[in-house]
Formats: sequence, structure tokens, C-alpha cells
Amino acid sequence: MSEITTETVTHLAELARIALSEEEIATLTGQLGAIVDSVAKVSEVATPDVPATSHPIPLHNVVRPDVPGPTLTTEEALSGAPESDGTRFVVSAILGEEQ
Amino acid sequence: MTGGATTDLTRLTASELSGLLAAREVSSVEVTRAHLDRIAAVDSGVHAFLHVSDAALAASASVDSARGDGDALGPLAGVPVAIKDVLCTHDMPSTAGSRMLEGWIPPYDATPVARMRAAGLIPLGKTNMDEFAMGSSTEHSAYGPTRNPWDLDRIPGGSGGGSAAAVAAFEAPLALGSDTGGSIRQPGAVTGTVGVKPTYGGVSRYGAIALASSLDQVGPVTRTVLDAALLHDVIGGHDPRDSTSLTDAWPSFAEAARTGALADSLRGVRVGVVKELDSPGFQAGVTQRFHEALELLTSAGAEIVEVSAPHFEYAVAAYYVILPAEASSNLAKFDSVRFGLRVTPPGGGTVEQVMSATREAGFGAEVKRRVILGTYALSAGYYDAYYGSAQKVRTLIQRDFASAFEQADVLVSPAAPTTAFRIGEKVDDPLAMYLNDVTTIPANLAGVPGMALPMGLAPEDGLPTGFQLMAPAREDARLYRIGATLERLLGERHGAILDQAPSLV
Repeated sequence: MSEITTETVTHLAELARIALSEEEIATLTGQLGAIVDSVAKVSEVATPDVPATSHPIPLHNVVRPDVPGPTLTTEEALSGAPESDGTRFVVSAILGEEQ
Repeated sequence: MTGGATTDLTRLTASELSGLLAAREVSSVEVTRAHLDRIAAVDSGVHAFLHVSDAALAASASVDSARGDGDALGPLAGVPVAIKDVLCTHDMPSTAGSRMLEGWIPPYDATPVARMRAAGLIPLGKTNMDEFAMGSSTEHSAYGPTRNPWDLDRIPGGSGGGSAAAVAAFEAPLALGSDTGGSIRQPGAVTGTVGVKPTYGGVSRYGAIALASSLDQVGPVTRTVLDAALLHDVIGGHDPRDSTSLTDAWPSFAEAARTGALADSLRGVRVGVVKELDSPGFQAGVTQRFHEALELLTSAGAEIVEVSAPHFEYAVAAYYVILPAEASSNLAKFDSVRFGLRVTPPGGGTVEQVMSATREAGFGAEVKRRVILGTYALSAGYYDAYYGSAQKVRTLIQRDFASAFEQADVLVSPAAPTTAFRIGEKVDDPLAMYLNDVTTIPANLAGVPGMALPMGLAPEDGLPTGFQLMAPAREDARLYRIGATLERLLGERHGAILDQAPSLV
């Protein structure tokens, strides 16, 4: 059995920046445990002599001429933002009081 | 064939419409209006569309006017197309089936969309999908499931259930899909339609909202092999905006499909049956239709060989490590700052707390599950055991393909292990849901092209089954050539499958 506990899921949710409810954490703990047990079979055949593949058809050193092309205008870039001042994205405080 | 009022334009293939439009027997406005009317008539039941374009008639009028001026137009100019909501469109919302992007209108078009517009195709609207393409049933859409036109109580497959249902229900002759682990091919199989996942890098991913970048491919969703080839010819080819886009010069896939449709035999073609994908665990009617299709191939002169791909049994496990790992990174962009939803916790909070509240509210259960799983697979101490091992499995699967393609020109299998299951049947059982893609995932892991085409109805439930063809990387033309021959043979045996589907009105 896997070592997925509610503490693991709580920690992972913090890392993933998802404010899961207690209920979701409980459900996910069971489901993730089952999934992790199932996918753990990848280690059965992953012996040290086998190289890893990250991309199916690797291309190397993909470059283009250093010439400016069309880019988004400020207005376009901000068009989907939840909040902006017309020139910049607006966010709430980066640091909390205790920091 | 005659145009005008006597013909239901929605029943024609894109290739037939192309001929009528070129001969000016029908206008693009007539064709487009017929499909918009069909959508209005049936989509409240099917729910293939999340958004129907209000610009389609204007776009079609402008193609008609260009044709009237004698402009040189491509073969699909004036033909309507539905677009999976994972692809950015500058004039329609692009939500990827998520609340996170509800109402978001991107400032640019995805390359495949831009190429379709340039070729004169008429975007009809955006099709429903599992949220961020995570799922095999379209039940994970934040906007409610799409229903299978064969039986509205059943799933249309996923993640691209909306695109497959749209073409199966004659709401569009063509659609675009994206296939990360089977999201074009499995919906094709369960709706009686054709779907192609091109070679990885064959179609640009620029503007496709990324799920797993090393697996995602955009491709055609249609009712015939030739239509898929015609659409692939429009959307494919190198795009400098996608650094994984192949620079190859591609042959005409339509030409390959036409050659295949006319071929009088398959002599000299070696067809490899992947032993591990011809499983006794599959639905009996699927296996039966698959073996009948193999007999058709044999009778046409093809040589059937059995090939073994011993590591395919690890493919689903490797996929459900690699995909969540890549997805957890790709979905980090949904941070409540630049686009999409923002939810501020009661009493306010730091940007990090706003981000966490936003992602809690904006992501559905399956997305949370996979993001958390990916975060686990990539965390210190587990990386080698999971992600590192999965990448090695990927090498082993590529080697299996290489050795199988030494013995066979194409590999074949059922495109999905079962016919369409009932809505709700598997939605709370993620592991059962994941197994729907057992036949399609290996091609994504290796980057090779795959096609699903209808191979008849399962005798036990009267629902469509799909045949999968796979070719070596860069040999997409082979799929179209052999696929078109097989489609003709199957058509002679079963007739047009979709003619047997309910009328829906």
C-alpha cells in the first residue's frame, strides 16, 4: 500500500496552491492511494540500463532569427485579467503581515 | 448529386460539400445556415457545443463573395467546422471546459484555427470537452456532459466528446480535436466517426491550452477518412511558434486517402495485430467486429502478422504519471492574475491565498485529482520512483513500436475496449475511467500517428465500435491510404454506419 495520508494530501494541496476542503482531502487520500499503487508498476521494468525519454520526437536547439515579430499590445495582454490598472496586472499583497 | 432544397446539406461529407461549393451549386451561406439550423434543432439534447458562433454567416458570406470574385480558394473554403474548446479563438470564448476560463476570450487564434480561417473554413462554434481535456467521457466538463447521439443516456467519449458528437449528429461535417491519450480516437470509436491523432509535432500546438505538452496533438474529427485528410492538409505543417513542431515537408494526405479509396487490393501490406491490445477483457462485440475487419483486410490481400509489444501493459501506468506531472506544471498558469477566474477569500488575503481560493473554486474534481497526483509524482523523494521510471517505460514502449514496425507496415487494434457506457457509470471511479484509453495511450507515449474509424455496430448493444490503425512516426499518409481502403471495405460490408443512428428530431 502507498503512503498517501491526509497529511500528505494536505501538504501537496499547499504546494499546488489549491485550498482543498477537509472533505476533498479525505476523498482524495483514498483515491490517490489507489492510483499511486496502480501506477507504481512503472518501477517494475524501469531498470538502470534503460534511458529515460522526455519527448517522443526530440528536436534540438530550436532557434529563430533574432527579429522582432508581432506581439500582443498592452490592452490585449490585459484583456483577460481579473483586475488591471490599464497598464499593469493588479494583485493583492504579496506578503502577509507575519512576513 | 443535386444541391439546393432537395438535399439535406448536413448529411453530406466535407468533400461532397467542397465539390458543390466549387461548382457553385450551393453557397457557403446555405451550407452554414443548414448546420446552424441543425445545431438549433438537436443540440439541446446532445450538448456538443459550449458556444455557437454569431459570426459564421458573415464569414460564409465573405467566402461566397470571394468565390464570386473568382479568387483562388482551397478545397475546404466555405465548409463549416466545429472547434474543440481547448483551442484559442480570438472571437469566441475558449474555456477548455473549465469554470477557471468561463467567458475568457483569448487575444489570439491557435495556429490550427488561424490556418482554417485562412483556408476559408467557417468556424461554427466551440465544442464541449472534459475540463482541460482530462477524461474519457466529457462528464468532467464544468458545463455538463455531452450526450452520445446514438443514445442520449450514454457518453460520447472524451475528452473530445463534443467534437465527435457534433460530427456524428450532423451538426458539423468537420471538427478539430486534441489527443493526449486518446481524446480524438476514443470518442471517434464510440460515436461511429473518424478521428486522427497526427504524428507528434505534425500539427502546431500553438494556442492549444496545454494539458501534457509532450503528449498533446491537435487533429481532425470527421465522418470519413478523406474528410480527415482534407482537414489535416489545412492544419498541419511547420509552425515556428511551436518549438516542438516538425520541419518536415508533408505529402498531401487527401491524395493518400483518394489513392487508398481506389486501391483494388492491399497486396504487399503487412498488418500487425498487437497481441497485447487484442485482449480477452474487451467487450465481445468489439473483439468480434475487430476480427471481422481483419478478415476483410486478409481477403483484400493484406498479410496479417501477430506482433508483441510486451511493455504496452505498462503504458497506462506510465501515462498516469507523466500526464499529471506535466499537467500540474501547465496548469500552474491559472493563478488568478493574468486571465480567468479570481476568487478572494472572505476578508481578503495575500496573492497566494487568493490563488489557492481561486484554484479551489475554479478546478473540478478530476483536475484537482491530477494536479495533486502530478505534484506528488514530481516531489523530492518520489521523482525517480515515479516520473523517472515512467520516462523509462516510455523508452521501452518506443522500442516495442520500433520492433513491431520491423514486422508490419501498420499496427492495428480496437480503438476502444468497449462501446459507449452510460453517463454516470464510471465518473466516480477514476481507475476504471483511466482504462478506457488502454488502446490509445501507447501511440501518444511514442509520438506515432493513430487513426480510429468505425468498424460496425456491436451485436449485443447496437452501438458503434472503432478500429485503430497506427503507423510509424511521420508516416501519417500511410494511415490515410490504408484507412481509406479499409473504410471502403467496411462500407461495402456494413453500409454507412451513421445512417443507422437515431435522427434526434
